[in-house]
Amino acid sequence: MIAETGLAALWLAAALCALQLLFGIAVLRGNSDELSSAVRPVAVVQGLLTGISFLMLIWLFLRTDLSVELVALNSHSAKPWLYKFAGTWGNHEGSMLLWVAILAVAGGLVALFERRLNERTLIATLAAQAAIGLGFYAFLLFASNPFARLSPAAAEGQGLNPLLQDPGLAFHPPTLYLGYVGMSVAFSFAVGALVTRDVGAAFARAMRPWVLGSWIFLTLGITAGSYWAYYELGWGGWWFWDPVENASLMPWLAATALLHSVTVLATRDSLRAWTVMLAVVAFSMSMVGTFLVRSGILTSVHAFAVDPQRGTFILALLVLYIGGALALYGLRVGTVREGSQFEPVSREGALVANNLLFTAILGVVLIGTLYPLIVEAVTGEQLSVGPPYFNSTAGPLALLLVVVMAAGPLMRWRKDDWKKVVNRISLPILIASLVLAILMLAVSPIGILPTLGLTLAAGVGAASLAPLWGRKLRRTPLFTWGMVIAHLGVSVCMAGMAFESSFSEEVLVASRPGETHQVGPYTITFLGTEPVAGPNWTAIEARLSVNGDPEDLLRPQSRMFSSPPTETNEAAIRTAWNGQLYTVIGNGDGSGRWQLRLWWKPFVTWIWLGGVMIAFGGLLSLVGRVRRERRTAQREAYA
Amino acid sequence: MKRLIAPVLIALLAAMPLHAQSRMPAAQWANQQLPDPAQEAEAKELMESLRCLVCQGQSIADSDAEMASDMRALVRERIAAGENPDDIRDWLIQRYGRWITYNPPLDTVTWPLWFLPLILIGAGVWLARGRFRRRKES
Repeated sequence: MIAETGLAALWLAAALCALQLLFGIAVLRGNSDELSSAVRPVAVVQGLLTGISFLMLIWLFLRTDLSVELVALNSHSAKPWLYKFAGTWGNHEGSMLLWVAILAVAGGLVALFERRLNERTLIATLAAQAAIGLGFYAFLLFASNPFARLSPAAAEGQGLNPLLQDPGLAFHPPTLYLGYVGMSVAFSFAVGALVTRDVGAAFARAMRPWVLGSWIFLTLGITAGSYWAYYELGWGGWWFWDPVENASLMPWLAATALLHSVTVLATRDSLRAWTVMLAVVAFSMSMVGTFLVRSGILTSVHAFAVDPQRGTFILALLVLYIGGALALYGLRVGTVREGSQFEPVSREGALVANNLLFTAILGVVLIGTLYPLIVEAVTGEQLSVGPPYFNSTAGPLALLLVVVMAAGPLMRWRKDDWKKVVNRISLPILIASLVLAILMLAVSPIGILPTLGLTLAAGVGAASLAPLWGRKLRRTPLFTWGMVIAHLGVSVCMAGMAFESSFSEEVLVASRPGETHQVGPYTITFLGTEPVAGPNWTAIEARLSVNGDPEDLLRPQSRMFSSPPTETNEAAIRTAWNGQLYTVIGNGDGSGRWQLRLWWKPFVTWIWLGGVMIAFGGLLSLVGRVRRERRTAQREAYA
Repeated sequence: MKRLIAPVLIALLAAMPLHAQSRMPAAQWANQQLPDPAQEAEAKELMESLRCLVCQGQSIADSDAEMASDMRALVRERIAAGENPDDIRDWLIQRYGRWITYNPPLDTVTWPLWFLPLILIGAGVWLARGRFRRRKES
């Protein structure tokens, strides 16, 4: 019955979604005003029903109901409960249901809480949200029903893939999905405002919390994904420019640009058309991200052709929504007035530069990710585009962007003077020059990008604190703190990347027990190996003593899982304040020597610390903005 | 029974070389650094930009696959013999196709990769400049 309840709730929700769209259109055409009070409740109930449907699927997974095909294929009665729970979205159907559930619940929240926006714009927004929802309901119900029954029921589930049983991997997808789907709300606001010709500051204020919220989740998702790859893959890399990573990076780039332009629109009522365009782009990138990961096109263009139904369905949705939005944009952009004006040298000017650079980086990543797929589809030849390409194209753009980030927050709105701006950042410039001089004179030469990276990180770190200089810290608004912390996070992250890429030490050896190796500030003694066993694996474990202390051991493992037979490396990592010691054991040669891989990675933790700081800055900003909005709303109510 | 044993034995024998191969100690330079740090740095840079052909999106510098370690050994040997990294890359591209290099060479197939970004950035700057200028005139 649980599965049937879930399916029924999903069908009902889909019907309400269609109703929401029809009511919305009727109200907007102006021939049935009495319906306008019905749109909000319909959206709320739709959200509730989809939420219930998703809860039913979770319940099925927790109970390991093997008469449901999805559970039988992807779960196992012996799994720990956490992975049964996370297994709900660890597969295609479940993750698409999660997508739709977040979408519908977000729509319900908009309907419940958004009070300051013009009512017609809100109804248009909810109608747009319903139009997106309908496509995904159709996809779920017709092409990937998560509640399909299996008759006869399976005796035992098939899914016990040990590699996916990792807490990091369990919560990585929902975090990213929250980000993706949040972008869809921003997109719906943009479509709503275009439809009712209401693009302005009020629309920007309504959209901003959603952009900020989903941006926070995207930031956290990417940071967590990077750390997971770092500690789990066993080679010490933290970013591979892999298409799956790019799929999550692209929406983030667009969202970051949107986040900044929406601020211009909300504060200065400027950059109207551009902000709407960015909202369309940001959602498009979320769709592209979902498509790339969900269609299987990345493994190979040919794999996509083998099971074309789902991939084609998502591709059709992608083309429909993006094409529709662009067409609407083309039709209506002429009616969007430019808004307030400004000089090139101004806060707005800096934010335009920010937007241009983010868009350019996005373009580079998009081209680098999709071009090999296009070439393969057309000519059949396989191309690889990887780190050397992205570093040499996106790297310089990112450095330029960081320079803009240092100066932008210190510039005045509307009009400013170059000389005064340079004056205001003279101290950061001094600090950056000092660091550059030290790097050039005192340290053995490192690459151009890392040198510039460290120099700018120092300068930008100082500059990002500058908006607080001479202010009463207690009276500084929360969202200013948010900006300062996020920008500081960028410089921390950049410093981590530059340190890691230029000052890491690597030691690869075939070692006999008793031998010692020097890596960074550590002396590692290889004491020997011993076999160990876990619940579903056996392993060879190395005992490495740190700095000659036989009690102070690092124990990297090489694990063998039985079903399916897989070998994984479990790195042993020692975190110090100034970096990480990363140790891995490889194969033995049969004569008593073992391969050891040892790295000293100075300040590598700053990469993720920076990422978390960026997200935390976003959170402060979100809280600060929402509070101020509420206070203004209350004041308006009393007036 | 005897009739059955023979084919089984043959099958086992046939399987042996494969088995033996995977247990063979890897070549010397597969997991060891070159003694000359400058050469090792060169080799590392090259290895990080070569795709492990049997893995899911990993370079040969960070893969446990046997093929990757064989290729690491090959790269280090050739670098130690004084070969130029670009020549090694070209040789590998000739053998395995463009798929092997993460740093796509500039040629008739790949030129849009390198020029589209430039065109995009140019267009963006031109658009923005056009805006400011119009504003000044009005």
